[in-house]
Amino acid sequence: MSNFVQLWVYLSGQPLLWLTATLVAYVAADAIAGASKRHPLVNPVLIAVILVSSVLLLTGTEYPTYFAGAQFVHFLLGPATVALAVPLVRHLPQVRRTLVPMLVALVVGSLAAIVSAVLLAQAFGLDRASTLALAPKSSTAAIAMGIAEQTGADPALTAVLVILTGISGAIIVTPLMNALRLKNYAARGFAAGLASHGIGTARAFQVSPLAGTFAGIALGLNGLLTALLVPLVIKWLLG
Amino acid sequence: MVRAAGLPVPGPVAGMALLFLLMVARAPLPKALGDTADGMLKHLSLLFVPAGVGVVQNLNTLGDEGLRLVLVVVLATVIALAATALTFEYLARFMHVDENAADHDGRGTP
Repeated sequence: MSNFVQLWVYLSGQPLLWLTATLVAYVAADAIAGASKRHPLVNPVLIAVILVSSVLLLTGTEYPTYFAGAQFVHFLLGPATVALAVPLVRHLPQVRRTLVPMLVALVVGSLAAIVSAVLLAQAFGLDRASTLALAPKSSTAAIAMGIAEQTGADPALTAVLVILTGISGAIIVTPLMNALRLKNYAARGFAAGLASHGIGTARAFQVSPLAGTFAGIALGLNGLLTALLVPLVIKWLLG
Repeated sequence: MVRAAGLPVPGPVAGMALLFLLMVARAPLPKALGDTADGMLKHLSLLFVPAGVGVVQNLNTLGDEGLRLVLVVVLATVIALAATALTFEYLARFMHVDENAADHDGRGTP
């Protein structure tokens, strides 16, 4: 037992412990998701987050300590975004053919995401600070936090709402598309990436490479468009 | 580069565009690059775990409006998903370009 305690003391001083914990939690979550045949409700991000958070809570570990190890995983988001260009090139003919529907859906979807968030926030009687933080929620975290800075929203709250949007979208997309009887995987993937950025894109790649490709395009383009539209929509709806 | 040009996109998104242009300019795709990208994208979910854990730690920032905020997030996400996919699907059908609907490889839930 004292050996174990010594091992724990040694390991907990090392960032590798939390890197390993993140990987182990993901492998477990991915196995659970795989066992459910990738059921939409069994979202690997959500399961891994719950597992890691429980361990942090039980061991009384602070987030900065955890992040010192987990940052190596977090850092890979940059290269992974760059890697999205690979499926894009592979599916270039399909992307070319659907260019017009894609671009119109981009504008409609981006506006729908921002306007619905602002109007629903008002309908639910949320204050101005929360409404501002909700407006950029469908764009990727880095862009949303940039927008938040510009509109005077709280960047921390914005980041929380962005991640919640991602997990909601990744869970909702498959049952919603089935209910709408949409079988076009380009359209389904594009919607997942537009409404719920990288986490939606991760879900789309689990369903099909084509859906993932279109999700990646939507993630990039909607990030850009949301940055342009949020200040305009806020001026228009909130004055 | 992004900073120099003052673009409103994060570096990685600009990187994706650059890699895309580079590959369009010199096809075919190097196999090692393709394999690396596939490996990364297959485990894209893993990369969001640290940020997700950060959210759990920061759930108190939602404050007493928490439940309503979550409701707005879920409802607005349903609206955004439906608006995007329906627009895409109907325009594609109208323009007769939805033959790629049959192009998915059928993995995962249909």
